[in-house]
Amino acid sequence: MKSVAVIGASLAGLYAARALRAEGFDGRLVIVGDEHHRPYDRPPLSKDFLTGTTGQDQLALADAEETAELDAEWLLGTRATGLDTAAGAVLLDHGRPLTADGVVLATGATPRRLPGPAPAGTHTLRTLDDARALRADLTRGPVRVVVIGAGFIGAEVASSCAALGHDVTVVEAAPLPLLPQLGDEMARICTALHADHGVTLLTGTGVAALHGAGADPRVTSVELSDGRRLPADVVVVGIGVRPHTDWLASSALPLDDGVVCDAGCVTALPNVVAVGDVARVAGVRAEHWTSATEQATVAARNLLAGRTVATHRALPYFWSDQYGVRIQFAGRRGPDDTPRILEGSPDDRSFLACYEREGRTTAVLALNRPRPFMRHRRDLARATQPATT
Amino acid sequence: MIPVCHLADLPAGESVRIDTAPPIAVFNADGQLYAIDDTCTHQDASLADGWLEGCLVECPLHAASFDLRTGAPTCLPARRAVRTHPVTVEDGMIYVHHVAEEGTAA
Repeated sequence: MKSVAVIGASLAGLYAARALRAEGFDGRLVIVGDEHHRPYDRPPLSKDFLTGTTGQDQLALADAEETAELDAEWLLGTRATGLDTAAGAVLLDHGRPLTADGVVLATGATPRRLPGPAPAGTHTLRTLDDARALRADLTRGPVRVVVIGAGFIGAEVASSCAALGHDVTVVEAAPLPLLPQLGDEMARICTALHADHGVTLLTGTGVAALHGAGADPRVTSVELSDGRRLPADVVVVGIGVRPHTDWLASSALPLDDGVVCDAGCVTALPNVVAVGDVARVAGVRAEHWTSATEQATVAARNLLAGRTVATHRALPYFWSDQYGVRIQFAGRRGPDDTPRILEGSPDDRSFLACYEREGRTTAVLALNRPRPFMRHRRDLARATQPATT
Repeated sequence: MIPVCHLADLPAGESVRIDTAPPIAVFNADGQLYAIDDTCTHQDASLADGWLEGCLVECPLHAASFDLRTGAPTCLPARRAVRTHPVTVEDGMIYVHHVAEEGTAA
């Protein structure tokens, strides 16, 4: 393999490029990114970057020295528009098609938007530019913020807005946020963090419309599906993401909520692999930081081998920082698994819980208990599967 | 010289964070004591909460790993070393000898 194109210049793409070099690939390496920025870390965007305690320079995923070592050609501000598998080329929105022997798909995901018009002051949060625009709206004095969606991103944004002194209301269509991720009992505990910090949470109601005023309309209120109207100066829509696969629609690659891959991140074509939020690996599309980095190693090995010689089976892990509480979760929780508190107390917002099924631990959850969580996560990883091969 | 705790209160495999500025983590790695800056050089996480294995500590957040003897990162995502600080034990008490900024182990 003499050339590899990595499509996507965020965490998964950068880690794939690193892994290719680490595996000895010394050919032409081209990294295409639709944003103008060098790879940066997204998790702080909803947290410390929004509150202003972390600056843009601290988000960089690679320093100048490492970037030089990587010896890649960077096509930033360039969008991939198609994959011509017959010609072995990636089509770009400007410039000539990029031919490559191997392709890494790492185009991530795009925030879902509400139907209907979005007046100024309405935000989604995925990119650095998104976060800068939102931060600009949050640093002009106290405002009324309505966050739509009480998932992890929504909760983190609400927490950051509350920390900045804003009046915050969170609207969630489901009766209980985080239910699919954490189950009823633990979801209730985590969801209670909003009220602890003076943030109003309205559940079981969708959004009918965003209303604006002025010639260049700016948001003034959020109309809920039950008829209520919430005054709003800033609206943040955090209702999930969809994998960014539109550009692959006309390619021969099977797509199904992501690029369909085997357990080794290899697509239907042995010279095309997919990593990160865009990849549906062995039937699962994880939107986790850790998965993206782990998959990159496996995908690079398989791409260079020309077949699946390694698989990704690591234990899913994610974390969220909200209201000064670090929530950490690892494992594969079934819908009927029962949580059990091992130490600490939910009332103190500091505890460790494991989920159990037929006497076996399937997952572990911690609030502000990073050290025992680490130990249990390790034990769980050892007990449930061999390490990534 | 900063007192940490009694040696008996830091058994092998354990770690403790002291609230200096910046904070310092002290480890008992199989009987050998080490002190390093507590905050991971990659992102805000406490290495005292990390996973200790031999002379390496793994960051609890992103699995960056540091060598306690040198402070050097042994794998990504960390690229910069943490500072190391000398540790002594006197009369059963652990002390950290805080190294100033210019004395980095990097």
